[in-house]
Amino acid sequence: MTGLTPKLAVKKLDFYYGHFHALKNINLDIYEGKVTAFIGPSGCGKSTLLRTFNRMYGLYPKQRAEGEINMNGRNLLDSDVDLNMLRAKVGMVFQKPTPFPMSIYDNIAFGVKLYENLSKPDMDDRVEWALQKAALWNEAKDKLKQSGLGLSGGQQQRLCIARAVAVKPEVLLLDEPTSALDPISTAHIEELVHELKQDYTIAIVTHNMQQAARVSDYTAYMYLGELIEVGQTDGIFTTPQKKATEDYITGKFG
Amino acid sequence: MTPPQSQEQRLKRQRVQDRLFRGSTQFFAFLVLALLAGIIISLFIGAMPAIKHFGLGFITGTDWNPVTEQFGGWNSITGTLLSSFIALLIGVPVSFGIAIFLTELSPVWLRRPLGMAIELLAGVPSIIYGMWGLFVFAPWFADNIQPTLAEATVNIPLIGALFQGPPMGIGMFTAGLILSIMVIPFIASVMRDVFEIVPAMLKESAYGLGCTTWEVVWNVVLPYTKNGVIGGVMLGLGRALGETMAVTFVIGNAHSGISSLFDPATSIAATLANEFTEATGELHTASLIELGMLLFVITFVVLSLSKLLLLRLEKSEGSNT
Amino acid sequence: MNLYFRRRLVNTLSLTLSLAAMAFGLFWLLWILYTLLKNGLGGLSLSLFTQSTPAPGSPGGLANAILGSLTMAGAGTLIGTPIGILAGTYLAEFGERGWLAPATRFINDILLSAPSIVIGLFIYEAYVRHVGHFSGWAGALALSLLVIPVVVRTTENMLKLVPNTMREAAYALGAPQWKMVLSISLRAAKAGVLTGVLLAVARILGETAPLLFTALNNQFYSNMNQPMANLPVVIFQYAMSPYEDWHALAWAGSLLIGVFVLGLNIVARALVRNPSQH
Repeated sequence: MTGLTPKLAVKKLDFYYGHFHALKNINLDIYEGKVTAFIGPSGCGKSTLLRTFNRMYGLYPKQRAEGEINMNGRNLLDSDVDLNMLRAKVGMVFQKPTPFPMSIYDNIAFGVKLYENLSKPDMDDRVEWALQKAALWNEAKDKLKQSGLGLSGGQQQRLCIARAVAVKPEVLLLDEPTSALDPISTAHIEELVHELKQDYTIAIVTHNMQQAARVSDYTAYMYLGELIEVGQTDGIFTTPQKKATEDYITGKFG
Repeated sequence: MTPPQSQEQRLKRQRVQDRLFRGSTQFFAFLVLALLAGIIISLFIGAMPAIKHFGLGFITGTDWNPVTEQFGGWNSITGTLLSSFIALLIGVPVSFGIAIFLTELSPVWLRRPLGMAIELLAGVPSIIYGMWGLFVFAPWFADNIQPTLAEATVNIPLIGALFQGPPMGIGMFTAGLILSIMVIPFIASVMRDVFEIVPAMLKESAYGLGCTTWEVVWNVVLPYTKNGVIGGVMLGLGRALGETMAVTFVIGNAHSGISSLFDPATSIAATLANEFTEATGELHTASLIELGMLLFVITFVVLSLSKLLLLRLEKSEGSNT
Repeated sequence: MNLYFRRRLVNTLSLTLSLAAMAFGLFWLLWILYTLLKNGLGGLSLSLFTQSTPAPGSPGGLANAILGSLTMAGAGTLIGTPIGILAGTYLAEFGERGWLAPATRFINDILLSAPSIVIGLFIYEAYVRHVGHFSGWAGALALSLLVIPVVVRTTENMLKLVPNTMREAAYALGAPQWKMVLSISLRAAKAGVLTGVLLAVARILGETAPLLFTALNNQFYSNMNQPMANLPVVIFQYAMSPYEDWHALAWAGSLLIGVFVLGLNIVARALVRNPSQH
């Protein structure tokens, strides 16, 4: 394992919902080309942490973050960071599928058109490429003009992944991407994560420990807004350093 | 990938577009506010000659005579208030009954169509109420109801006087009755909506104590939704006060004061509809505009109260859940 | 047991009254619809749609009034809808901070129920008086002021129904706010917003009072710069007249308006119930 470079370097990150202190002094690196999983009981702040990486929290007036998250040599919490650009570079897939009310093709083209002027054939290629990446091409190629809302739940979620991948982000954030899906769709998506890490840095939040063990290279365990332990996934699951982590992983609580 | 220079420009353009978009939506939101101010100001300016000439006496004056240029709004104003009062007197209990029926009694499959029928009643244009009132209801009322009502009440002191006079069909009472039919759908649908927000648990626990449906409605649902119910009634009142066509057709358009509810009368809206385009002289026009302004102020106050009460219900409901 | 009996009695009595209230409400609706059909159907004929409003005693139709109503309602809708949608968008998408949104929301709800005759007076004061004559444009302006609050209200409500995750998903792709609102939020709320517009059209088609002082009436076809005939005002004037044939025309006109307005109401409601996805 050589050439580990941190893509996102989180330093002394604190997060507040109004007066509630939701993340406490988080320090962590997310390595380039690796999958980092965040686990912990619900309410531990793992989704909140993920939402600081693309500053999604900024949509809500009462939420704020303090500290540093460095990416490509810039602190992306700085007030002069262009949020649209940041979010184009840090893609996100949500808990529930969120297809836009438009055709499958347009769902994918929507994000691409924002930052690139592609010719029609180029756009066609890009849409196909993204759908291939998300392993949806075979199912969707004959109904590109149909509404994305007509797909099954698992297909919708893969469409959302294709949509996020299509803009070629540097980092992909997955916020419990399989929690609303059946086991077969879940397996599809997990395979996909394996595929995608060749090209992307991935951070995934999951409440499912087996999933974290299956898909990730690194695992971070969080509890009550604090980062308890982070390390290589094998290590975390076989020889956790902290008692709390062990308890959680072995199912003694949570 | 596009070169960084053009990327920078793209971001700058996006920011400008965002600001423009936000600004324009904000402008139009502001326009809605300005509209209200515009209405009040322009009516005030238009009414100025009458305000200067008659002062406060305009409100209490009972004379309305374009020939002598003597204008007092008392009969129109009281006509508006009285017809709306009659409308509420009939409309509120009926709406309450309908709302109870729709939320507590009706079989579930009937709720939608019945609710829709009531809402359709709200959609019927007021001029149709007017036509129906003038050509169908008023003659029927004069033939079948008025004489009976007059006979039945003639010996009752005070109340009897309200129902005397020639049975003409049109008049204050008919106007109030038709107004009541018009406001029922508004009040009933607000009441139904607020009854529906009462938590099922609350009702179930009352039923669990052995309460009858009526007792649940009276002791649980109604207190819980008090503000909303009053808000709905005020909303209906706001509608009734400003209703023009239905009233104009059937109220009789007489500027004299009334001694019986069967007498022809007038209301602010009816006076405006009948006289405005034929008004001669600045003072007549200004007096009519002053009437309109008073109508607007009255409805503004009533509707504001309604809105505040409904908002308060929303808030208390929010804090309960 | 006596107490229990009395409680049961009160209950039965009150529920019967509630049933009676429901019947009372439906009774009027049916009576009005019946009258409308009975008196209106007799007056329906082709000439209604081809001839202009007549002098008393001579044959004629309502063609100029129908055309005038449609023209002014169309123009009023075209003016009012964009304004209403933009203002409603502000309330739903940008209205979290500041005083403007709550104040606008409050005032808008009041304008929604404000007496339409006062709106007519306002346009008379602000427009007709300055131009010096009644006109179709004045009528359209007055109607647009009735459209705005309806559209603002429904636009805001429908946008609020769009799940926030949809907005986040668009932002997560780096979409700027205007793009997100136009191509995601409003698109998702399209069916609902359209419903609002239809309800607004239904409302203004039947409005008489604001047209009395703005469009007035016209015995002939006219352009928007002249006083303009329209169904509700024609109905009003004909109904108040002593002529039988005018009454018949007024009934036919009422039926037309009634069918139009109730039809639009039903279509609008059907749209809300099963909003098409695109």
